[in-house]
Amino acid sequence: MASLKAYIATRALLVIPTVIILLTLVFFILRILPGDPIASMVGQKVPPEVLERLREEAGLNKPIFVQYFEYLFNILHGDFGRSMIWGKRPVIAEIMDRFPATLELTIFGFILSVLIGVFTGSIAAFKRNSKLDASMRIYSIIAYSLFIPWFGMVLQMIFGVYLKILPIAGRIAPGVEPERITTLYVLDSILTLNFDALSSSLIHLFLPSLTLGIVLSGAYTRLVRNNLIDVLSQDYITAYKARGVKDRKIALHAMKNAFIPVITLMGLQFAILLAGAVLTETTFSWPGMGTFLLERIQYRDYNSVQGAIVFYALFVALISLVVDIIYALIDPRVRY
Amino acid sequence: MKGIGDTMEVKNLATRIFRPIIPEAEGRNMVIAGLIIVIVILLMAILADLIAPYNPTKLAGRPLSPPSLENPMGTDNLGRDILSRVIHGSRIVLVVVFSAAIVSMSIGVPIGLISGYFGGKLDRAISMIMDSMYAFPSLILAIAIAAVLGPSVVNAVVAISVVYVPTYFRMVRGQTLSLKSRLFVEAARAAGAGNTRIMSRYIFPNLVTTAIVVFSLSIADAILTEAGLSFLGFIVTAPTPDWGFDLSSGRPYLPSGYWWMITFPGFMVMLLALGFALIGEGLSEVYAPGRER
Repeated sequence: MASLKAYIATRALLVIPTVIILLTLVFFILRILPGDPIASMVGQKVPPEVLERLREEAGLNKPIFVQYFEYLFNILHGDFGRSMIWGKRPVIAEIMDRFPATLELTIFGFILSVLIGVFTGSIAAFKRNSKLDASMRIYSIIAYSLFIPWFGMVLQMIFGVYLKILPIAGRIAPGVEPERITTLYVLDSILTLNFDALSSSLIHLFLPSLTLGIVLSGAYTRLVRNNLIDVLSQDYITAYKARGVKDRKIALHAMKNAFIPVITLMGLQFAILLAGAVLTETTFSWPGMGTFLLERIQYRDYNSVQGAIVFYALFVALISLVVDIIYALIDPRVRY
Repeated sequence: MKGIGDTMEVKNLATRIFRPIIPEAEGRNMVIAGLIIVIVILLMAILADLIAPYNPTKLAGRPLSPPSLENPMGTDNLGRDILSRVIHGSRIVLVVVFSAAIVSMSIGVPIGLISGYFGGKLDRAISMIMDSMYAFPSLILAIAIAAVLGPSVVNAVVAISVVYVPTYFRMVRGQTLSLKSRLFVEAARAAGAGNTRIMSRYIFPNLVTTAIVVFSLSIADAILTEAGLSFLGFIVTAPTPDWGFDLSSGRPYLPSGYWWMITFPGFMVMLLALGFALIGEGLSEVYAPGRER
């Protein structure tokens, strides 16, 4: 157990340089790349005084090193600055309004992608080298090549426009929002036993998370298939068969062992999930982080744009830490 | 024994690269299917002016008319022929994606080679930076860069190149690490070859096969990133035809049931990405027979 603790501690310490590198990368992109972020965001037709004022508001008129350290210092203190439009609310408050929607979408998309991937992958492995196996293989490549907005719109067209059974935009029907506890609508509706809100949020979630889920499932299909085939050819499975263990039980044992590498993929897929969520949110008018970022780029709200990207960076670092820890808990070979 | 295996492998790789025929192996059909898709779309882009029935930016029929003999894919909200826009729309995505791939390869490959070959502190520092970039959601990174630089085709190339540098870096570095301790490299070193010579003559040629696979797969991915950026309005402005952008202009008409405005441009994005994905997947099987990955 001591080695596990040591591993987690080392891994947690490694987050610090990762976060600093990511923050520096964001800083570099937003401040040092050629081109004035304020000018390119505001457009060319703005009088110089206004540009100067906006630059001052974003703290861009100071020397670059001062800016860099101020930026790091503020972010590490949880200060993301204030939005430059409307109520000038703290950026972090605005992000917290939008982030739960993205979290909810990504969690459901993630669950669906793993379910679909494990299902299709195991079919392929158990029916190895059959037509079914070949079609699962083609499925995995096509799923990977799907363009999220297009696939989302095709689903909208079928289920929303023609069959009229599912909504094509928004997170919940207006007026039935559950009481705010976690701002994850599904969880809040369950906690407050508000079944109208629960069904409304679930039917709104269905198409967007299915879109994400299918697009991301292809990678799991392949991985599960190949791992399962490896595991199924090992001696202990033959031993089970020889001892007359039922096929179903063998399959269960094999799946458990084939699942370990899938967890690594889950970690890697997370970034793709977040990127995919940006497109899914836009397609389904989903009020999450992705639409927030794009909206603020359009409104030329520099502080919010920076805040959103920094937030993504911190979130990615956190997730990779969590995935590594889970991995160490499951597979003892990792901790050395 | 290992030495013999190694030299044979080098020879095999060479014949594989210089013989333009795809070897008979599992995965071959995938490569061929992918090549057909890609070549057809490439031809479509090159010959766009000749084969498009209408000018993609001019009125060609009644607005929003469904597919018919005159307009096989229908017309959009401004009465432009969708087939002609789909044909012309292949140009920007191909230019952006190929230019970006060349840029990110010419940065990622040498850095990966040097970093993996020499190792040490510099290697660890570079790897850490690249890994952080790699962990960052690619489309969001591209959006950030495109937002700062402003929407244009050149800026899209910059944004997409930056995003894929870590992909090439990681691949080349990993391969270099495993190649540099192989016998044929040791032999070359013993025979007095310098670092530059070992890297360019012994390690680099052995990278090429993997590089081609990674290239095809990352092109497939870059196509989706380009289409995503274009869909979000970061590459072209009206009336330029581009698949991702055209898809977003069809979006407001979806609830009224004008399915043809979104179906065709988005399908092309998938088809092109699929073409490269098939080539990449197929090649990885052709070059690594027996290894089911």
